[in-house]
Amino acid sequence: MPSLIDFRRRIRSVKNTQQITKAMKMVSAAKLRRAQERVVAARPYAQMLQQILSNLVEAGVESEELAGSPLLSPQPEKRIQVLLLTSDRGLAGAFNANIIKGAQRFIADHPDQSIDLELMGRKGRDFFRRRQYPMSGEHLGLFDRPSYEAAAQIARKVTGRLQANEIDSVYLIYNEFKSVLSQKLTVSRILPIAPPAGGRQVDYIYEQDPEQLLNHLLPRYVEVQIYQAMVETAAAEHAARMTAMDAATTNAADVIEKLTLHMNRVRQASITREIIEVVSGASALE
Amino acid sequence: MAAPNLILEVATPERLLVRERVTEAQIPAADGYLGVLPEHAPLVAELGMGELTYTEVNGKRNSMVVLGGFLEIRNNHIRVLADRAERIDEIDVKRAETAVKRARQRLDLPGGQVDIARALNALKRAEARLAAAGVPLRGRGGTA
Repeated sequence: MPSLIDFRRRIRSVKNTQQITKAMKMVSAAKLRRAQERVVAARPYAQMLQQILSNLVEAGVESEELAGSPLLSPQPEKRIQVLLLTSDRGLAGAFNANIIKGAQRFIADHPDQSIDLELMGRKGRDFFRRRQYPMSGEHLGLFDRPSYEAAAQIARKVTGRLQANEIDSVYLIYNEFKSVLSQKLTVSRILPIAPPAGGRQVDYIYEQDPEQLLNHLLPRYVEVQIYQAMVETAAAEHAARMTAMDAATTNAADVIEKLTLHMNRVRQASITREIIEVVSGASALE
Repeated sequence: MAAPNLILEVATPERLLVRERVTEAQIPAADGYLGVLPEHAPLVAELGMGELTYTEVNGKRNSMVVLGGFLEIRNNHIRVLADRAERIDEIDVKRAETAVKRARQRLDLPGGQVDIARALNALKRAEARLAAAGVPLRGRGGTA
C-alpha cells in the first residue's frame, strides 16, 4: 500500500502536468484566434477568383482553348501526386493520426496507381519517411506563419511536374477547419482543374486575349487552393490542440481529486490505527 | 435618380484591402490605366503595376499600389485581384529604394549572368511603389 508521501508526490506531479496543459491550451487559444483571422482574410480573394473563373468558363472561353491546356484536361490517372498537410508539432489529439490514416486509406484505394507524396508538415514527413515511402519533397515550418509565397512555390512545382508529364493529377489531403471542436478530413483534386460551375453568362470585354488570361488565372487558382489548405490546417491544428489540452487539464483535475481522496483515506486509516494502539496500550497497563 | 455607385473590392490572396462604395476609380491595367465610372460594361483584364486611385462616396480620394493580378468589372462591381497590394502608408520606401538600386545594378551587369525578366520585374515593382508613395524617381535614365 502506497504511503502518504507517495500520494503527495503523485499529486504534485499531476499538478505540474496540469499546469503545463493549461498553459498550452491558452497559447493555442491565442494562436487559434490569429489563424482564424487568416482563414477569414483569405476568403474574399478565393471567392472572387472562383467567380471570375466560373464566369469566364460560362462566357464560353472556347472549349478548344481549354482542352489544349494540360491543367484542365483530365488524363487517365496513373501517377498521382498527393500533397499531405500535417502539423509540425504533436500533442494535438488525433489531428495528425486522422490525416495520416486518411492518406493511407487514399493509397489503399488506389492500388493500381503510383503515388508520390509531397509532405507539408513534420509529423507526416516523419511517418512516411520511417516507412520509406516514395516522396517528391518535404516542407517544414510552413504553418507558424503561412505565407502565400510558400503556397505559390509548391503550386509551381506540382504544376510544372504535371506539364512535364511526370504526373497525371494532384490531390490535397488536409484537415479542414470546421469549428473549434471539429476538423474535417478533406481529400480534393486540384489538378487537373475542374472549373467551378455556376458561372453567369456575361458578355465581357476582354482587355487581353482570353486564352492568355486563363493561362494566368489557372495557376493562380491552384496556388489559392493550396494556400487555403495551409491556413485551414494551421487553424485546425491549434483548435485540435486546444481541445486536447482542455481535455487533458480536466482529466488531471479528476486524477488529483481521486488521489486526494485516497490519500485522505490512508491518512485517516493510519490515525485510527495509532489511536487503537494508544488505547490498547493504555488498557494493557491497567 | 442619382447615378448608382460602384462597389470596389481589392483583395490579395492574404487579405481584403478595400470593400467600399466609390463614385469612380482609376485602375492600372496591364495595357494602361482604366478609368471606371458607374454603368461600365462588363470587362476582364490583367492588372498592371501602379497606383490605384478611387473616390469614395463622400468625395474623399484614396489610393494604393497594386502589383499585378486581375480585375473584373460587372454590374457596377469592380473586383481587383491583386498579386500584391499595399496602402500608401504601408509602403516601405527605404526597401523600395534599395530594390531599385539593386535591380539597376543587376541590369548593368554583362548579359547572361542575370535573369533580365526578373530584374526588370523587381525594378518595375519598386518603381511603382515609389511612384505611389510620391517619391520622385532619382537617377532616371542613367541606366537601362
